[in-house]
Amino acid sequence: MQKEYTVTVYTEDRIGITNRITVIFTRRGINITSLTTAETEVPGVYKFVITVLSTRDLLEKVVGQIERLIEIHRAFVHEEDEVVYQELALYKISTKALHQGDIEKIIRDNNARILTITPDYFVLEKTGHQQELIGMLQKLEPYGLIEYTKSGRVAIVKWSRRFHEHLKDLSLQEADNLKD
Amino acid sequence: MQQKDVLPMKSEDSDKRTAAAPEIITGAEAVIRSLIAEDVDTIFGYPGGAIMPIYDALYDFQDKVHHILVRHEQGATHAAQGYTRAGGKTGVVFATSGPGATNLVTGLADAYMDSTPMVCITGQVAAVLLGTDAFQETDVIGITTPITKWNIQVTRPEDIPGAIAKAFYVAKSGRPGPVLVDITKNAQVGKLDFQYKACDYIRSYKPVPVLDIEQVKKAAEVINSAKKPYILAGHGILISGAEKELVALSEKAQIPVASTLLGLSAMSTSHANYVGMLGMHGNYGPNINTLEADVIIAIGMRFDDRVTGEVASYARQAKIIHFEIDKAEINKIINADVAVHADAKEALTALLPLINKADHAEWLETFRAADRKEEEMVTKKELYPTEGQLKMAEVVRLISEQTDGRAILVTDVGQHQMIASRYYRFKDPNTNITSGGMGTMGFSLPAAMGAKVGAPDKTVVAVIGDGCFQMTLQELGTIYQTQIGVKIVILNNNFLGMVRQWQQLFFDKRYSSTEMINPDFVQIAKGFYVPGRKVTERSEIAAAVKEMLDTPGAYLLEVVVEQEDNVFPMVPAGAPLSAIRLA
Ligand SMILES: Cc1ncc(C[n+]2csc(CCOP(=O)(O)OP(=O)(O)O)c2C)c(N)n1
Ligand SMILES: [Mg+2]
Repeated sequence: MQKEYTVTVYTEDRIGITNRITVIFTRRGINITSLTTAETEVPGVYKFVITVLSTRDLLEKVVGQIERLIEIHRAFVHEEDEVVYQELALYKISTKALHQGDIEKIIRDNNARILTITPDYFVLEKTGHQQELIGMLQKLEPYGLIEYTKSGRVAIVKWSRRFHEHLKDLSLQEADNLKD
Repeated sequence: MQQKDVLPMKSEDSDKRTAAAPEIITGAEAVIRSLIAEDVDTIFGYPGGAIMPIYDALYDFQDKVHHILVRHEQGATHAAQGYTRAGGKTGVVFATSGPGATNLVTGLADAYMDSTPMVCITGQVAAVLLGTDAFQETDVIGITTPITKWNIQVTRPEDIPGAIAKAFYVAKSGRPGPVLVDITKNAQVGKLDFQYKACDYIRSYKPVPVLDIEQVKKAAEVINSAKKPYILAGHGILISGAEKELVALSEKAQIPVASTLLGLSAMSTSHANYVGMLGMHGNYGPNINTLEADVIIAIGMRFDDRVTGEVASYARQAKIIHFEIDKAEINKIINADVAVHADAKEALTALLPLINKADHAEWLETFRAADRKEEEMVTKKELYPTEGQLKMAEVVRLISEQTDGRAILVTDVGQHQMIASRYYRFKDPNTNITSGGMGTMGFSLPAAMGAKVGAPDKTVVAVIGDGCFQMTLQELGTIYQTQIGVKIVILNNNFLGMVRQWQQLFFDKRYSSTEMINPDFVQIAKGFYVPGRKVTERSEIAAAVKEMLDTPGAYLLEVVVEQEDNVFPMVPAGAPLSAIRLA
């Protein structure tokens, strides 16, 4: 059955690696719904967190094909309950809304932060799961929302200890120093 | 999470390929010196603006490296494939940027599908021009990413030796494949402190998995309790060099062995336990008995759809044991009951002592009974016709007999390919070279050329269709210039026969654009100074094959065969194996 999965991929720091990963999803006709990447605690090793709507069976195959790439350390498929994850959203709202009724309550209830205020608009930040971010979006819409933007997912895998120890061991081994 | 297996060991071999003291040289010279350090003595290529510095450097090393000037870059790739598959050394290809590089695409895709190691080196515009649509700039890295095992663009001279070292290591190790190194012009003309160090380790890449002996024990248990065990031998046997282990396993427990198209020649076709070829046009017994076996032992093969037919009905009664080096192939198409993720030779070596001697005479007899049926309905009249036009199969039989099954057979794509693969009686490993996964028309002439260069002491026979020949026939120019003694057999039915067969069987005989009005092939060969002969009569064919084999050097034999012949047996595409047709 199709549902949302988180795929994590650990890679070397190499130009074009995103393309190498994404073409494998493309070939199978899988739409990537979000993609986040950044360096891990191990210098030179990058982690991709990719969310997709698909089936476990298909994703296991995709992950196998990703792992086959030379500059990939490992790739995994995770169910919702295997990861602790967070997403971040910014909301730009007309400053006039500050004078309207419930905005304070919305900010409080959502644990949102105000990042900046100008005479024209102010910007709120909220972290959470997608539904929560969208929940606040819907609450804000009546107040003259100008823009909404959301990040991809960052995720930590609940059972990642051994693998990350392995990555640290690996970091003692030299990566090749070919320039990108 | 599991660790991705243990780190590979450094090999002593790599130290030998490591040059001594550093020296200041150009990037272009570093390319050639790196190749020499990798023991390269043959390159297939075609020059052009962006790779000229490398060709200029090559000029000084003509005593060490033989450059074979092909007539089209696609020909260079297929030649490199044939060279590797016949001789075992990694083939090397040079091409210029832009159109030179894009002409490599078909060969790269073919080599990727058929796990053939190959190192392609392309010239590229100077780094400052990258991304500007400069003359003959193309994004060769972007284009070839999905069809190479690995690729890299090098923009600094000092990165050249490291990139080439890595390229060879990646191409050859684990499940082999093609790699591409794109070198910008500034990197070719710039200087570096040259020191070559062969690569034998990449921290994110574990080419050879650590054999899990528990899985081997499980496999042995299942095999030992099998009543109708059945080995499917793939290309992985040949790549791994596990031919002897395959025979030993088959003999110890009396297990029948069938071969995939690319697995042909891994086991001698005259071995008593060898039962034939799998697949759409494979033999009858091997296909139908896939639905009878209780244990299937698949070794170094990937359950291609031409082998499985309809996947849902494929071997549902059987336990599947899958020996495979590429983890991504395990459970990709057919779920394995026991998966042994390992190199074939290593796994079979560990498996053999755990296998009990057994005798499956009755089971083997069912293959022979199926054979008799196939012989009655198909084979006899194919191999020994007495009337009508010449048949492809009888020509292949004569070639097989007159070469004693010891030639390297290079086939193209279509009816002639299936017929040659079905009827050539292979004796020695690595004597079957064909385009399996891609089915690339035009493969065989350049591949045969490369095979002959890679294995000069072997007779190399290319069996080619009239359609396929016209895709790459310009390589006759290379054959003439380089004096490559390949034997070329054109099985001319004046049709794109395989497509015509489908039109006859599945499209109501509507022969849409499959008829060929052909040129005079012998005359064409003459134009390239390759001797030849055209045969239309049964009475002449044996002598003509002999003349071809006896004539020193290259020779082209055109055989006019029955026009509207079909290849049987046939499992229609996507149909269950039980739907196999004998007529
Ligand atoms: C490059 C390419 N184009 C098209 C095809 C589709 N195709 C497969 S077999 C075939 C006919 C080959 O004709 P010929 O070489 O005369 O061989 P025959 O089947 O007649 O023996 C065609 C067109 C292909 N495999 N490769
Ligand atoms: Mg034809």
